[in-house]
Order: sequence, then C-alpha cells, then structure tokens
Amino acid sequence: MTKTKLDLLVRAIGKKWLWVQAALAFAFLYLPILILIIYSFNASRFNAVWRGFTLDWYRSLFSNAGATIATSSSAGIWTALNNSLLIAAISTVLATVFGTMIALALERFHFPGRKAVEALLFLPIIMPEITIGISLLVFFTLVFRIVENLTGIRLNLGLPTVIIGHVVFNISFVTITVRARLAELDPQLEQAAFDLGANEWRTFWRITLPLIWPAIFSAALLALTLSLDDFVVTFFTTGVGSMTLPLFVYGLIKFSVTPAINAISTLMLLASLLLVVSSLKVQKN
Amino acid sequence: MKRLLTFLLLFVMSATVVFGCSPTGGNQQQVLSIYNYASYIAPEAIAQFEKENNVKIQYDTFENSDALYAKLKQGNPGYDLIFPADYMVKIMIAENIIEPLNLNNIPNQKNLEPKFINQAFDPGNKYSLPYQWGTMGIGYNLKATTGDINSWAAMFDPKYTGKVAWQDDARYTFAGVLMYLGFDPNTTNPEEINKARDLLIKSKNIIAAFVPDTGQNMLDQGEVNLTMEWSGDIFQVMRENPNIRYAIPKEGTIIFSDNMAIPKGAPQKELAEKFINFILQPEVGAQISNFTHFGSPNKAAIDQGLIDPNDLKNPQIYPPAEVFGKMKLLQDVGKATALYDRAWTEVKAGAGK
Repeated sequence: MTKTKLDLLVRAIGKKWLWVQAALAFAFLYLPILILIIYSFNASRFNAVWRGFTLDWYRSLFSNAGATIATSSSAGIWTALNNSLLIAAISTVLATVFGTMIALALERFHFPGRKAVEALLFLPIIMPEITIGISLLVFFTLVFRIVENLTGIRLNLGLPTVIIGHVVFNISFVTITVRARLAELDPQLEQAAFDLGANEWRTFWRITLPLIWPAIFSAALLALTLSLDDFVVTFFTTGVGSMTLPLFVYGLIKFSVTPAINAISTLMLLASLLLVVSSLKVQKN
Repeated sequence: MKRLLTFLLLFVMSATVVFGCSPTGGNQQQVLSIYNYASYIAPEAIAQFEKENNVKIQYDTFENSDALYAKLKQGNPGYDLIFPADYMVKIMIAENIIEPLNLNNIPNQKNLEPKFINQAFDPGNKYSLPYQWGTMGIGYNLKATTGDINSWAAMFDPKYTGKVAWQDDARYTFAGVLMYLGFDPNTTNPEEINKARDLLIKSKNIIAAFVPDTGQNMLDQGEVNLTMEWSGDIFQVMRENPNIRYAIPKEGTIIFSDNMAIPKGAPQKELAEKFINFILQPEVGAQISNFTHFGSPNKAAIDQGLIDPNDLKNPQIYPPAEVFGKMKLLQDVGKATALYDRAWTEVKAGAGK
C-alpha cells in the first residue's frame, strides 16, 4: 500500500468515526435530560422504577399551586420557583451592568490598582463556592450587627442578601466574557468616532455598545443560568421565606424527590429552550 | 482614580437600594417562621393553626440536621421554630443555639408518653419537646428472602452476596453491626469497635454499597435485597411495591426522635410555644403521624384511638414493649468519635466500596 492510499483510508475511517464520536457525546449529554423528561410522567411517587404513565405530576403542579409537595399551605414549589426567577433576573441585570462597566474600565483605561482589580476578579471563579458562601454569611451577620448597634434597625438574611451573593460571583463571569470581546474590538473605530466629533458618551452608545452587545447578551445568559443553578452561595445567604428551587429540591431528599420535580424541570427546560432560540434570533438580526 | 471612586460609590449605592427594599418589620399579620423537613407535617395542621390564630406560617425546609446546624451557627436568620434530631439538640444546647422553653406555655406536654421525655440529650426537656420518632432497621425484598427476617444476621448471609446495602454513615452502620455482635451501639471500647470493623471487612463481598439514605430506592429498583434504612422511608416505598418489607432486628436497633425547639433570637418566641402546644394536642399529633406514618410520642393520641389503626397495629411502627426496650438512641461518644472515624476509614478501604 502506498503512503497516499493509507492516508486516504485513515481519513475515511476518521470521518466516520468522528460522526460516531459526536453522536456518542451528544447521547451522553442529552440522555439524562431525556430520561428526566420521561420520568416526569412516572406514576410512581419515587423516581426509581417506572410504574406507568400519568399526567398527575403536572396536574398537581397546577391544581394546588404545588403546595402539597412541600406539604404545607404556604411553602411550595411555585414560591421556590418564583424566588429563583426573581433572584436570577435582578442579579443578572446588576451583574451584567457592573460587569460590563468593569470590563470597559479595565480594557480602556489605565488607573492605579488596575492589576489588583484584575486579580480580584478571578477570585470568585477560582475560590471554592463554599468559601464565598461562608464569608458572605459572616460578612452579612457582621454588617447587620453594626447596623443594629448604630440605628436599632434589625436586618435579616433574605432575598436581597441572596441577590448580592449571586451578583458577587456573576460579575466575574460577565467581565471576562465582555472583556474578551472588547479586546478583539478595533480601538480605531472609537477613535474615528472621536475624530468625527462624537463625545465619549455618544461614542459608547453609538459605537462600542452595539459592537459588544452580543458578548453582553451571552454574558447575561451565562449569569442567569449560574444564578438559577446555584446552591451553595444561596444556602448560606438565604433567610426566612427565600427558598430557591435548588434548595427546595435538596430539601426533598430526606423523603425522596417526587416526579413533580421532574415535571417542573421539564417546564423550565422548555422555557430555557425558548430563551435560547429567541436569543439566537436576536443575534441573527 | 476618580472613575474608580465613582464606580465604587455606584456599587455601594445600588447595594443599599436593594437592602432598602427588603421587607423588614411591617405591621401586617404575624408570621411564624418554621424550619423543618419537607413532607414532615400534615398540611391541614398548618392551615388550622393559621386560621385559629390569624397568623401566617412561613414553612421553609432543610435536608438534614447538619444543614440546619450550618444555617443557625452564624446566628438565627429569623426562624421561630426548628426540628433538630436528638443528637443535634445536645449539640445546640452546648453551643447556645437554642433557647430554653417556657414550659408553662406548653401545658399539652402532659399528653406525651413518659418514655419519650426527659431523655439523655435534653434532661428535663428544658430546650426541646419530641415531635416524631422512628427506627433504623432492615428493609428487604420478600422475593429474595422468601420469608420474614428478624435479625441483623441476614445482612451477613452469603445468600445475599452483592445485594446488601448499609448506611454511608459510620455511627449508624457501626451501631447495627455492634448490636448484632451483642455490644452497646454507643460503645467506646476500641476492641468492640474493631470487631465490628473486622466483620464488615470480612463480609465485603456481601456488601453492595454504603448508601446515603437512598437504600429504599435501591431496594425498589432491585439493585439490593436488603438495606439498612429509616422505617418511614421503607414504609413509603412499601405502598407501591408489595414485595418490600421492614424489620426491626431482634438484637435491637437505633431509634431516632426529631424534636421541636426554639432557636436563639426567634422573633416570635411565644407564638412558637403556642404552636408547640398546638402540635401536642392529641388530634393534631395524630393527624401528623397519620400523614407521615412515623411514630407519635403523643400518648393521649394513641389512648384516644386517633392514630390510624393500621399504623398502630403495625409492630414495625409501634413495636411491642420487649422490642422497644432494646432500642437505643445514638449518643455523642466524645473522644471515641475518632475511634469510629478511623475504623470507618479502614472499613471503606478494606471493603473497597
């Protein structure tokens, strides 16, 4: 066999094998999700064995507002979901705004302590989440104590503290994503705008922002996902009545997680699918 | 530098704005904040208390006593009533996390069975009152055992090679083995602990896994035929899978009790005591046990026939006196904890699970 023939053979095999490998990788990623969806129709109260098809879990989610799942009149899956969405929405907006501002500052300006800010930005990504969680808890209790001593107002952990916690770790991810885009951006475009008489503010709105918009958008999506998923930081910063969905699901472990959780996960999956599809549309336009 | 300062100022301002929106105080309806397991209270009981007292109950959930401890250790975020396990009550008293109860506000404690009060973890019930109790026994598949079992010996039977699960918890698993060997589950004697260790390592082929409170699912799926598990967990699976049974071994087993306690700094201490008193009413206590299928410590509820007769007749939920006499609470073993930890590491390494 000549060298070229062997080469061609290897290529042919490689081409097919790549397909198989891709298929396997996708199966590995998506089979668990598929099983999760299938099991949301499971007639068993436990998620271990398939005992027939039912729509009861979806029905229970919508009939009793999910209250019976936590088995109390006031706490339920919907409250948890509401909290999760509220926290994710607010913390995403805050983190995206601040993160973009930091990215711009780091990329466009030279100021004392720039290296330090840069290093600090990486910390929330490197540090174990549990360390962030505990230090936030200690920080909040300390601040609350000082506030109470000074003003007599008693503050408690709750939704605001969870939001701050999420903003803390999300800012880093947003900054890094937006900076990558800024670094690629040709600074001459901005200089051209200045030369044509635009001030800094106008340049930002007309030139910089539209150009980095896709990066900001994907950074926001990343922040949203991270916030919805987060367990550890949320656990330490949450207070009375601010359970999120991950905390709620974890709380069910003691008495088995019911397929109602699969049902709500399926609904969330559909929602995020819609979000991704619409974001792709936005980026195309 | 000026820009940096402006940025910092903006950040601090927005943080304060978020804080300013937080709903602190307010003169609306009183709120009683409860921190408990999910599915561990009858929803009707909550509704009834809310209606009778014109209050709102905020019911949050945790996954185990250790998570509860982690949450309260840095200061109470505002809970009025918590449900720690027996050993955790002791830790929380020692660390000043829970508040002494004003027992005058809880006259219904007279309804409690004497054997559930004044226990070693809280002598005189100064800090806690019992809520529900259960046992750690053997869940098994009738198809595999082809008959009832009643001894820890089954967990070491070569007949079930590769089909036995223990708890992934040193103290609980050792407690079962120690009781099988005829020792005290709270022993601090290194020789006895080592004997238990050696037996576990010797039976490594019989052991399928050490599982974190998921034995009931493995049993349901048929991955194991026997598992050390909490009574209530097995009973719940039993309702769907007719082949599953629960046994309290004749050598004795571990009993647990969950308790009601008020954390330090609870905003509504008196209301919490009112709620404890409410729970200790025979009707309410029975309602909760009929919902959870765990044992009720409420003697009045049992005497007045309010507990579901099926549960009451079930010796696995309410065992006869001679079996009950052999049940033990896990106790803090102090310095011997290190002995258990080391033996456990050796079991994990030796059994390779």
